[in-house]
Amino acid sequence: MLLLPRMSSNLARLLLLLLFAFSICDAVALPGPISDRHRSAALELFAPQHGSFASLEESYEALRIFEILAVREKPDVRATTCPKVLENLVSSTPLKDLFYALKVNGILKCKVNGDIFKDIASRLKATVKDAKTLVDLYYSIGSLLLIKDQASDVDVLLADADGTFHSIKALSQSDGKWRYTDKPESSTYAAGLALEALAGVITLASSEIDQSRVNLVKNDILKLFDSIEKYDDGTFYFDEKLVGGHEHQGSISTTSSVVRGVFAFAAVTSGKINLPGDKILGLAKFFLGIGIPGDAKDLFNQIESLALLESNRISIPLILSLPASVYSLSNKDKLKVRVNTVLGSAAPPLTVKLVRAFSTVAKDSAVIQNKDLKYDQNSGHHVLDVLPDEVDVGIYVFVFEMVLHDADGEKVYATGGQIHVPIYVTGIVKVSNAEIAVLDNDLGSIETQKTLDLAGNDIVSLSANHLQKFRFSFQLTTPRGHAFKPHQAFLKLKHETKYEHIFVVGNAGKKFEIVLDFLGLVEKFYYLSGRYDIELTVGDAVMENSFLRPLGHLELDLPEAPTSKAPRLPPLAVDPYTRYGPKAEITHLFRTPEKRPPTQLSLIFLSLTLLPLIGFLVGLLRLGVNLRNFPSSAAPATYAILFHLGIAAVLVLYVLFWLKLDLFTTLKTTALLGVFLLFVGHRILSHLATTSAKLKSA
Amino acid sequence: MARSTSKDAQDLFRALWSAYSATPTNLKIIDLYVMYAVFTALIQVVYMAMVGSFPFNSFLSGVLSCVGTAVLAVCLRIQVNKENKEFKDLAPERAFADFVLCNLVLHLVIMNFLG
Repeated sequence: MLLLPRMSSNLARLLLLLLFAFSICDAVALPGPISDRHRSAALELFAPQHGSFASLEESYEALRIFEILAVREKPDVRATTCPKVLENLVSSTPLKDLFYALKVNGILKCKVNGDIFKDIASRLKATVKDAKTLVDLYYSIGSLLLIKDQASDVDVLLADADGTFHSIKALSQSDGKWRYTDKPESSTYAAGLALEALAGVITLASSEIDQSRVNLVKNDILKLFDSIEKYDDGTFYFDEKLVGGHEHQGSISTTSSVVRGVFAFAAVTSGKINLPGDKILGLAKFFLGIGIPGDAKDLFNQIESLALLESNRISIPLILSLPASVYSLSNKDKLKVRVNTVLGSAAPPLTVKLVRAFSTVAKDSAVIQNKDLKYDQNSGHHVLDVLPDEVDVGIYVFVFEMVLHDADGEKVYATGGQIHVPIYVTGIVKVSNAEIAVLDNDLGSIETQKTLDLAGNDIVSLSANHLQKFRFSFQLTTPRGHAFKPHQAFLKLKHETKYEHIFVVGNAGKKFEIVLDFLGLVEKFYYLSGRYDIELTVGDAVMENSFLRPLGHLELDLPEAPTSKAPRLPPLAVDPYTRYGPKAEITHLFRTPEKRPPTQLSLIFLSLTLLPLIGFLVGLLRLGVNLRNFPSSAAPATYAILFHLGIAAVLVLYVLFWLKLDLFTTLKTTALLGVFLLFVGHRILSHLATTSAKLKSA
Repeated sequence: MARSTSKDAQDLFRALWSAYSATPTNLKIIDLYVMYAVFTALIQVVYMAMVGSFPFNSFLSGVLSCVGTAVLAVCLRIQVNKENKEFKDLAPERAFADFVLCNLVLHLVIMNFLG
């Protein structure tokens, strides 16, 4: 029996989910072939603006994709694009534009005068002769090749094909990569361009190229494939590591460039290039695994590469896909498998074999071995009619293999050997023998016992005190009659004050049982007596009837908390969603101002305080006070006046201090004034003293 | 009896007054000044009793200013009085200088405390 507070139970659920996620990662779901979703994506990404595309390159990419995917509702851009094509053909435009103009013309077949082609061909031939950079060679040879297809009467054959071949080959590196120029940076993307150009040279050669040179290039290709990158699921791709002076190419365009180059080269040379079928299949997996790219260029590279893979001479990948990876035992679903080429067309006659199937829990014991799937002509699916009795609910890995009927097919097609597919088999788990009871602690005798139908809506109400035990048990049985342990089997007791306690229900075989001894739980229940709602959660990904239902309530009578160590109630867990709600308004507390007397009264008292002063002055007059003692000679009189002025100044300073000055300024000024006052005060007072002393002595 | 009592009191006061009349004028001035200070303090106390002691520091500084200067004036009076043989050697000008200095210090504190 295990008591989990709410936090740790959440954590446990998370862990279970993670474990579950890891357990199915052994086998990765297969990407299916190209579908209609790609078609709609293509129409969306290649949408012409004002009846035409932004550039000839984009026009070509769009037209080519529509052609490959056989898109029916393609936009008609012929009227706007053909003038552009002609314009680029007539004037001497950069090689790249010329190249794409010819490519677009190849698809649209605009009306172009044969003389124009002748002009271009002679211009291009001169370029080929002088070209130093790979890109120039690529575009000019590519253009010549296009002219050859579009105007058969124009002479495009290269006189010095051997020399051109050599100048391209001279840029190759020992690792199969190519350089763009004489500079030492090599690139995989450039290798693709070079191979395509070499294929072009072979096609355009007036005399046959030396076979030994061709074989050297074949070796380069094999070396290039040694640097191929790989994912664990058998996906292969090329990536550009070094970013030289040229713009960086991503893995999609790099892989695509290599695919174009290698297949173009394979198409024009006799003999086979010995590339392993799993690498070709891995490339297909790479392009299919992208899904639907959000970028037009990526989509073009993906689709064009897949089209080349579909009909290449080395080996054609066959893609095995499953319409669904979840099978329900209760619905008696049939296991269906589909085999297509990458673009989704039908595969050659073949048999799909289920080599074995094993549960992710027990990987060593196979539940199915060596079964052939039946081919259903109508739907094009390979079907396994009935899942054998050994297959119970759970997560399985099915291992398929394709066996081609034509024995020579192995040379043409890449099937990828054994393919692992995760399969979920779900079903309705039978919940039975649910029993809920309150037991006396010491004897174990049953006080109350009730049976429940968990499938129905039965509700029980029980009462217990801290000397008793609570027992709840039920059974889970799979459709095949085996024990079933779900991911989640929790019993929750929730007090009316919202404090809740979650217990994991453990099992022994089919039987799940939990016994709560309230004597030991008193403290964990915070001594809270009262009504507890009971809730049961049983859930699993493969359990079709996962449920969370209330079982009723329990009236619990717990002893009072001992005052000495009464546990403080922990704060209730906050609903995480309230965090995003509005915050409570903050009310600021200000000190209420003190009650002040009415102004009138204060003014009256101010004048009252002046009364004693008046009394003082009147008293002085009555006493006959006079200033006769004021010194009459000049110097002492000055000192006397200054002395009084000094005192007045100090007092004024005090008033200023009260009104606005701070203590430091006041003290500094007071010190100055004090010195002055001391001086003049001493002078006048000593003068007065001497005069009075003289008077006395006189 | 009652009559004789009031007459006695009148006599007593008259005797006191005539005795006080002999006091030198400068001491009378100081006495007047002390009276003035004490009455000012009393008026402030009455005001406080009527409206409450907020702001208490202002009340305290007002009253203490009056009481303090009265006490200083009393000290001055003691020193100036010729009858007091104790301060025979102290010149009244020196006593006055002390009085002024103490008053200035007292009022610096009072002003600081006034708020």
